[in-house]
Amino acid sequence: MEGMAGQKSGLVWTVNIAAFLLVLLWTIPTLGLLVSSFRDRDQILSSGWWQSFSAQEATGFVRTGTGDDAVQQDGQYVIEGNVLAEGQSLIAWGTGAREPAAFQPGDTAEIGDGWQVAVAEDGRYRMTSDAPFEMRRGERIFVTTGAPARLTTENYSRVLNAEGLGRAFMNTLTVTIPATVIPILIAAFAAYALAWMEFPGRALLTAAVVGLLVVPLQVALIPLLRLHNELGIGKGYLGIWLAHTGFGLPLAIYLLRNYMVGLPREVIESARVDGATEFQIFRKIILPLSFPALASFAIFQFLWVWNDLLVATVFLGNTKEQLVMTGVLRELMGSKGGEWEILATSAFISIAVPLLVFFAMQKYLVRGLLAGSVKGG
Amino acid sequence: MELFWLAVSTILIGVFGCVAWFWGSNLILDRIYPPRGPNAGDNIRKASQIRPWLFLGPAILFLGVYLVYPIFDSLWRSLHNAGGTEFVGPSNYAWLMGDGKFRESMRNNLVWLLVVPALSTLFGLIAAQLTDRLKWGNIGKSLIFMPMAISFVGAGVIWKFIYEYREPGENQIGLLNALVQTLGGDPQLWLTLIPWNNFFLMIVLVWIQTGFAMVILSAALRGIPEETIEAAILDGASPWQVFFRIKVPQIMGTIAVVWTTITIVVLKVFDIVFVMTNGQWGTQVLANLMYDWMFRGTPDYGRGSAIAIILMLLVTPIMIWNIVNARREVR
Repeated sequence: MEGMAGQKSGLVWTVNIAAFLLVLLWTIPTLGLLVSSFRDRDQILSSGWWQSFSAQEATGFVRTGTGDDAVQQDGQYVIEGNVLAEGQSLIAWGTGAREPAAFQPGDTAEIGDGWQVAVAEDGRYRMTSDAPFEMRRGERIFVTTGAPARLTTENYSRVLNAEGLGRAFMNTLTVTIPATVIPILIAAFAAYALAWMEFPGRALLTAAVVGLLVVPLQVALIPLLRLHNELGIGKGYLGIWLAHTGFGLPLAIYLLRNYMVGLPREVIESARVDGATEFQIFRKIILPLSFPALASFAIFQFLWVWNDLLVATVFLGNTKEQLVMTGVLRELMGSKGGEWEILATSAFISIAVPLLVFFAMQKYLVRGLLAGSVKGG
Repeated sequence: MELFWLAVSTILIGVFGCVAWFWGSNLILDRIYPPRGPNAGDNIRKASQIRPWLFLGPAILFLGVYLVYPIFDSLWRSLHNAGGTEFVGPSNYAWLMGDGKFRESMRNNLVWLLVVPALSTLFGLIAAQLTDRLKWGNIGKSLIFMPMAISFVGAGVIWKFIYEYREPGENQIGLLNALVQTLGGDPQLWLTLIPWNNFFLMIVLVWIQTGFAMVILSAALRGIPEETIEAAILDGASPWQVFFRIKVPQIMGTIAVVWTTITIVVLKVFDIVFVMTNGQWGTQVLANLMYDWMFRGTPDYGRGSAIAIILMLLVTPIMIWNIVNARREVR
């Protein structure tokens, strides 16, 4: 809060901390998904993702060797071994199910019959007795072990190869790119006409575009599905490209028109005086100058089509070969509620591309938002 | 691979088709009315009357077929029976008014409509004001803005990891229940907790929309003339007073735009409810209810269309408001 009378450092601190907390609150959910996507199923099911950086505690028991394994040392019978598996560390141990963590590593415990057992920090145990061991099964040693935090990329290779997400990724890409490119072209010409050509009905058409910005998609679903069926387009890529083009056009025309209206009049007038045709003016002057607005809309449309579930469900169909990534996620959430690692990883893959686009092109996205804040999703 | 070539050829056909249309039609127009020769003046005038429609043609065709025609077709279908074969008058609407699920959806949509725009705008305003003068403000803004790029379905998965439930006393794997349990409370099945589950769904949308509100409001805050703020400070106004008495009133217009934009998103909210509860446990909303009538069991296009028309009616006031505003700006 520079520039405020009597700069209070206390206020500055409060603002910093409050802003930090807000940012943290908004980031944590996504971070949780990212971390979870690197954990295996057991980890996800047994502990929260925020615990994946600390050691994982587990309890269990290990059986010692039997009398056959005993050796004689210094007049005593001794059984030796190790209670830990690789990578584990020993936190506590015990000899009875009631108190499985009664002893610390390095302690020695008495078990009946004059037997003694000691478990060292590295997991090696040593059970001693003055008399020979007579038992068929080994004694149980209860252990509380810690395994170091372990993150794995296994989920990603499994999801991309075996779970059909690679296919869905391609489908999404196939839907998204034409559905982003084609409306831009159509809209650019229309926006130029609305911005720089004089003709009766121009104001009415501009108003109509603003009005169409907010038409709920839901209204279009049933009529268009039937129309596509009657025209023989049916469910498929052609239908979804056409649908996305139609739904994206109002925003595209609106954004581009607003931007083109602001271009310098002199440039266009002088080109007209020089005898340039409208088509030449459009191609050589308007299009290059409008690049920022074209980029804004391209990002909007890309994000919107990539993230869409409703239009894809209705116009593309739901067979395994046709599903886009949002469709796959929806199926995963419905039917395989238990396969968390698949769900988390698939979700992260599906949001990774928009996030990349978002961070790389944020400038244009913000500019587009500011220019077109009438549009609603 | 086949898919790849299909996509590539579509782009090429689409792009070339568009270019061919615009270029070719303009060329033909110039042939018919050449802008030179004895009738040059007359020809230019005639050509410039036709040319706008060549530029607008494809757009008008698309808008007409994909947005305008469906509105009327939906209206027509909403007055017909399930298969669209028999005129039934307003009986679909009458049926809706008596239907429990429809009432539940209307009630929920209304609550969504009050809560989500209000909270998103509020948080957006707070975020804009807090991050505006910080050194790391832009990074902070990016991170708050980030959920905008995430699909509603993706957001559903993300929040599943927050709302997940385990039996009391067990190691909670959902963040919210872990917090509750640490603080000594009982973990809850948040998504089936009627009626509060609606709010847990709304939070997801607030999380997504706050960044949008923040970006727009932050630009508006920066557009406030410095003098008004300096004058207030000289008069001894506290930071709070500067914010609420000087800044907020000056950006009221922008707040209204943000509010209505989010309202439109909220009215159409579908994916979040669809993937998280599918309208069970008292969380049904209009868009999901319509989807149910369209695709679940035997489709009833009459009832589905009636719901769509109701949605259309709900956005109409905002549509008119937007048009009025846009026309005022043009003048």
